[in-house]
Amino acid sequence: MAEEVVSELMRAHVYRLASTGQRVDGRALDEPRKVTVERAFVKTAEGSARVRLGNTDVLVGIKMSVGEPYPDTPNSGVLSTSVELIPMASPTFEAGPPRPAAIELARVVDRGIRESKMVDMKKMCITPKEKVWVMFIDIHVLDYDGNLFDACSYAATAALGSTIVPAKNFGVGDDFPLPVQHWPVSVTVSKIKDVLLVDPNLDEERMADVRLTVTTDENGDVRAMQKGLSGSFTYDEVKRIIEISQRVGRSIRPFLQPT
Amino acid sequence: MQSSGSLRPIVIPGEAVGGPGLKPGSGTFSDNGQIFAAQLGVRTERDGLVSVIPLAGRYIPQPGDAIVGEIVDFGPSHWLVDINSPYPAPLHATESPWRVEFGDTARYMKVGDAILCHVLSVDEIKRVQLTMADREARRLQGGMLMEVSPTKVPRVIGKQGSMVSMIKDMTRCEIYVGQNGRIWLDGEDRNAAVAAMAIRLIEERAQAHGLTEAVRELIERVQRGQAGPRAT
Amino acid sequence: MEDIEHIEKHVKLIDDSGRRLDGRKFDELRPIRIEAGVLRRADGSAYIEWGGNKVLAAVYGPREAHPRHLQDPARALVQCRYNMAPFSVSDRKRPGPDRRSVEISKVISEAFSAVVFKEQFPRTSVDIFIEVLQAEAGTRCAGLTAASVALADAGVPMRDLVTSCASGKIEGIVCLDLNKDEDNFGDADCPMAIVPRTGEIVLLQMDGHLTYEEFQKAMDLSIAAAHRIYDLQRDALRRRYSVTLEDILKESPPAAPSGERMEPAPSDFDLGPEGI
Repeated sequence: MAEEVVSELMRAHVYRLASTGQRVDGRALDEPRKVTVERAFVKTAEGSARVRLGNTDVLVGIKMSVGEPYPDTPNSGVLSTSVELIPMASPTFEAGPPRPAAIELARVVDRGIRESKMVDMKKMCITPKEKVWVMFIDIHVLDYDGNLFDACSYAATAALGSTIVPAKNFGVGDDFPLPVQHWPVSVTVSKIKDVLLVDPNLDEERMADVRLTVTTDENGDVRAMQKGLSGSFTYDEVKRIIEISQRVGRSIRPFLQPT
Repeated sequence: MQSSGSLRPIVIPGEAVGGPGLKPGSGTFSDNGQIFAAQLGVRTERDGLVSVIPLAGRYIPQPGDAIVGEIVDFGPSHWLVDINSPYPAPLHATESPWRVEFGDTARYMKVGDAILCHVLSVDEIKRVQLTMADREARRLQGGMLMEVSPTKVPRVIGKQGSMVSMIKDMTRCEIYVGQNGRIWLDGEDRNAAVAAMAIRLIEERAQAHGLTEAVRELIERVQRGQAGPRAT
Repeated sequence: MEDIEHIEKHVKLIDDSGRRLDGRKFDELRPIRIEAGVLRRADGSAYIEWGGNKVLAAVYGPREAHPRHLQDPARALVQCRYNMAPFSVSDRKRPGPDRRSVEISKVISEAFSAVVFKEQFPRTSVDIFIEVLQAEAGTRCAGLTAASVALADAGVPMRDLVTSCASGKIEGIVCLDLNKDEDNFGDADCPMAIVPRTGEIVLLQMDGHLTYEEFQKAMDLSIAAAHRIYDLQRDALRRRYSVTLEDILKESPPAAPSGERMEPAPSDFDLGPEGI
């Protein structure tokens, strides 16, 4: 299915509003949509979370098993992230192997989690060089209304934060909560001409010239970044976006941590 | 105006809606003398004809429909218009308000343009042709677009246009409601936003009691908030 | 069978008083909950919880069929894609269709093809998506049941809903609606789907071992249960909307304008004249 065409009329309208600090859905330029988190949604997974960011709806399941470590990291658990853009989530998603957009999403979410050392992978080692925990983060997009980077990242973070390691099933001790030591939060900002918008909805995303996703941890330190689309940012804009990410990230983080 | 009518249940596909003596209208089908609903909707009966008014469904073009479309492609002698329907709808250059030379179509309208037009014809295999021959047809500029389910269009318009007229008067906006569920609003940004909110309310609560009152109250409330001394 | 159990079990699945491991009798369904209209982008959708199954169904269409060469000039295509999320089963399933999913997609497509008024929409496709989020045996029945509701929610014209249910045999006793353990260690499983009003059977599969009499017992159980499930489908659709006829048809006159004379508005696009 072809990408849907955005009318010139709506582009002009959204930009006109944005240049006076308004958005079509009434939000401020730096205001994210409402986040709701439902944990332990799927009992067959060791951890799961369903997150709604506005009308964007993402379900993440964490599956854990025991396996061999990678040869170059013999004392470290294994982490693997994948994203499925299932066709029901949008008329523009087709069934089939992951397209570049899905792969980029998975790698950016993975980077935010891995580089922030959210899970101490050394603690995921059972027997060095032989046996480690293998963790799959499977991201299932159910309904697409813009900003999958943040919605997927939030769902993955919330799911990890409520995961129980199934040690008993694998005969390696008692079950224990996945040890989480950092809380990365990603915040995506899109630019339409010269206006920056936080957490773009679908219409805004389709009109954006460029976007930047910044993942910060609870100290405000930057753990991952990804610029997308074919436009460009000034260096000042990049700095502004990092500051916005730190601030908005702080407001969202409590929703992702266990209550 | 509160309705004192009892709650009329929704009918679902396959439910019986009439028997001998009644004729099957739109949204129904007959089987062995009995009439059944073909779609999720509300049963109505008039002059011996039983129909089902659907509560959901794609827009299926009918000749004469006034619609809001978007140019998605073009060729040397036509444009292809997205009319929010399963069927692509070409607009031939000869059906436009201009004298278009062969190969010159892009000069008049390009991909991304929004237009008001009518459905000229629909043949037996659902091939659609559009026309801009009507006086009101034109390329749209300014304003904003929104989309509602095509099944809600009659509610947005109201009997003899009464609902949409009320919104237009109260918000001082031009409003064109396409049969295909696309709506063009033009006015001062804040007024257009209120009008859009009112239309969303109608879409969400199309079946509610006292909808007209609810819409009027919503518009008044938001306008009071906009005009008030307190900054939002 | 969604799972391969590596561990032998020697537990009785059904005791002498006819109670199964989860407490049900031979003719009892697992708890079922259906909700219609749960997604925003899709034209229609439904969510079902059936025992330990959690399944989401969504419909797009009728929409232009792609690729072009698959279009049927006389009617709509009815295409279903059944898929299981990797985390829906205890042993993670690799993303993407496997042969089992492809087969289930096919038989469900055919079931719906029997009821959709395809001739009304030549050259289009009605696309049905079933996504299993959590599996506990009977996912195709749960998915099909939810997809019916999604089709009605999308306003796709049909002759009737389709309702699906399975029965099987455990330790020699014919039982309704096998759960995961019963399916794995039982002797037969027979999923089916019917058109409730006419009783037409539009999906039928079976694996295991049943005598002709046992098969009839199983079908009787399933058909009776299907009528109970149909009520749940209908209730889910009715809950989504509530209406009085008067509200649909009547319209109260607008408030009198406050004295100012507006510029005469150009005539709006209203319920215009029929035809040209």
